[in-house]
Amino acid sequence: MTAAGLIFSNIHDECLPELTRLRTMASVPFGGRYRLIDFPLSNMVNSGISKVGIITHYNYQSLLDHIGTGKDWDLARRSGGIKILPPFITAYDAKATNSLYTTRLEALLGVTNFISRCTEDVIVLSDCDTICNIDLTKVLDRHEETGADITVVTKRVSGGNYNAERHSVLMLDENDKIIDAAEYSSDIKGAFNVSTNIMVITRRYLITVLNDAAAHGYTSFFRDIIAKNVGKADFRAYRFDGYYSLINNLPGYFETSMKLLDSEVREELFETADRPVFTKVRNSAPTSYSASAKVSGSIIADGCVIEGEVENCVIFRGVKIGKGTVVRNSILLQDTYVGQNVNLNCVITDKNTVIRDGRNLSGHESMPFYIGKGVMV
Amino acid sequence: MFKKKECVAMLLAGGQGSRLYALTTRLAKPAVSFGGKYRIIDFTLSNCVNSGIDTVGVLTQYQPLLLNDYIGNGLPWDLDRTYGGVKILPPYQGKEKADWYKGTANAIYQNLQFIDQYDPDYVLILSGDHIYKMDYAAMLAFHKRRGADCTIACIDVPLEEASRFGIMSAYEDGKIWKFSEKPKNPDSTRASMGIYIFNKKKLAEYLIADEADENSSNDFGKNIIPAMLAAGEKLYAYSFQGYWKDVGTISSLWEANMDMIGENPVLNLNDEKWRIYARHFARAPQYVGVGGVVDNSSITEGCKIYGTVRGSVLGPGVTVSAGASVIDSVIMEDVTIGEGASVEYSIIDARVQIGKDAKVGGPKGGEIAVIGADIKVEDGAVIEPGAMVNPE
Repeated sequence: MTAAGLIFSNIHDECLPELTRLRTMASVPFGGRYRLIDFPLSNMVNSGISKVGIITHYNYQSLLDHIGTGKDWDLARRSGGIKILPPFITAYDAKATNSLYTTRLEALLGVTNFISRCTEDVIVLSDCDTICNIDLTKVLDRHEETGADITVVTKRVSGGNYNAERHSVLMLDENDKIIDAAEYSSDIKGAFNVSTNIMVITRRYLITVLNDAAAHGYTSFFRDIIAKNVGKADFRAYRFDGYYSLINNLPGYFETSMKLLDSEVREELFETADRPVFTKVRNSAPTSYSASAKVSGSIIADGCVIEGEVENCVIFRGVKIGKGTVVRNSILLQDTYVGQNVNLNCVITDKNTVIRDGRNLSGHESMPFYIGKGVMV
Repeated sequence: MFKKKECVAMLLAGGQGSRLYALTTRLAKPAVSFGGKYRIIDFTLSNCVNSGIDTVGVLTQYQPLLLNDYIGNGLPWDLDRTYGGVKILPPYQGKEKADWYKGTANAIYQNLQFIDQYDPDYVLILSGDHIYKMDYAAMLAFHKRRGADCTIACIDVPLEEASRFGIMSAYEDGKIWKFSEKPKNPDSTRASMGIYIFNKKKLAEYLIADEADENSSNDFGKNIIPAMLAAGEKLYAYSFQGYWKDVGTISSLWEANMDMIGENPVLNLNDEKWRIYARHFARAPQYVGVGGVVDNSSITEGCKIYGTVRGSVLGPGVTVSAGASVIDSVIMEDVTIGEGASVEYSIIDARVQIGKDAKVGGPKGGEIAVIGADIKVEDGAVIEPGAMVNPE
């Protein structure tokens, strides 16, 4: 069975307004040297998918810069490879000013051309706010075995934490067939299965439902396609039991980032054999630690100069930390410059932030203090 | 058809580097790891690209497998071009005869056809065994300004080391009046860096004449340069200021690695304007565990540090277990250092596994211990300072 991929780069941007003000969800930096899209993209590449469409909406300069020709994912191909799919608006369209899609279904309707010109049997959909390292070949095999129309990758979670909200909840029968679908509500108690929004759809079925949706003016993929057809069409679940996180909001971003300091999580995400996470190569020099450096329990990317103390942090490429400075429980995005004798705790600094000598800044893990891109403090 | 190129670079990468012993058992010297994430040849290739030279022939001979694989299509250095780019040039079977590369000059002679494809005005000859950042475009501008037939890049060396180099004497404007290859009693400290720019026509002329001479050792320093000088051609010395190191010996390789660390290091690779490119593999960022101690060191992607690392340079994917210590050492990729082991004043090649409580090397000032690639050091084993553990 052959598969092509489709990645939604902007879905749920509104959940993370701070980090997506100037970029897409797909290009939100994560884990020291990655952008969120590296996870779905690497999952697809590592599963033998070599044609991937990336649906963009707005703010996608940073994404274009990150993806380039796609060669860092081995997707600079004559046949297939990466296709950026910007919004389709014609100059004479009367609705041009407001015809940008607002939902997943409208986004899919905007790329029907891409979908219908694919020759692959199935399309794999994925969002950029989900972090996991999954072997999609297993999902594809299951999809082929069962002959399902849609196979949704599900994860079992329990209510009441950041990983539960904003999910669609799926009821499964003993054969993992989806028998009911509902949006999450806090009334749901105990453990339940949620959709990771990673799903395999038989391409012919997708074209049929998209035509139907266009004819009827449907707008919601979940409500008008999944929920409406449960029981009629063959929707299955693939239960994923590996590490999975949905980035829900800024504290969620903070918590998910800090989870990387757990060796088990890190090893599963980054060191699974034959499933590396690819990202744009920046050719930074190795990180230099001076004699005054003191580092503990932290992830540090290349190209940094560390002269101060770093504890329990995620430090991105090209960060400089001066002497006498103490950084704890913080995430410093690429090229952050921290001067001397600074104290930081529970702070997220965006790209190119400058923290001048002697500053003391602190947030709390439930409310990390965010400093915007290029801001000087 | 090929487009004309003003200048084509020819990179001599066939050397064995026999004085690197265990480190060059299975690979050529230009492919030896350096500075954590680099290989020695990255410096020359990056200099070419940063100087606007986009056509580079890499002449390989000794153990080329890893080098061929590493260079590949030249993508990491932006040398995957439709016209030009990087090309691997091994010795080949000709219609009349087949030869190994007999010397530096013969290697270029055998590839005159390759050079002619691009119809260049100038040919830049480089060697892939030095660590330096140099703008060849500035040297080419000097060559053109002086109207030279050949320009030799040179650097001042201490007098006591001068007998290891080609030594030249020149007038104020750089015109060379004397050149001697590895003189016993050097009378100048101006040493050749093994970097030459030739006018293409002159180069071809002298290479063909040199090939016809059966007594010649077909070497640039020994034959071509003296012959040109004797014939009254215009040879100029181009003085290079900056960091340059021949890493042909174990101790110089260790020293050059150490030049990367400390505050304001003499070899600064964190340079946005002159990046050194290398082939990358997808690895996670480095992780320093709780209880890990890292100071005065250079560490790169994929490393996991639970023990102590001091005054050292670590390659990608190195694990230093809890209670282990790495002091004043160069550790290459994917080395594992077991719990309680200590490594001091050593060079450890790729994928070596050092067992628990093993002890490798001794304090700085003694002799450097070297462990060749893929070797497994048993738990509790002791490798003496100055030891050379060879993989074969």
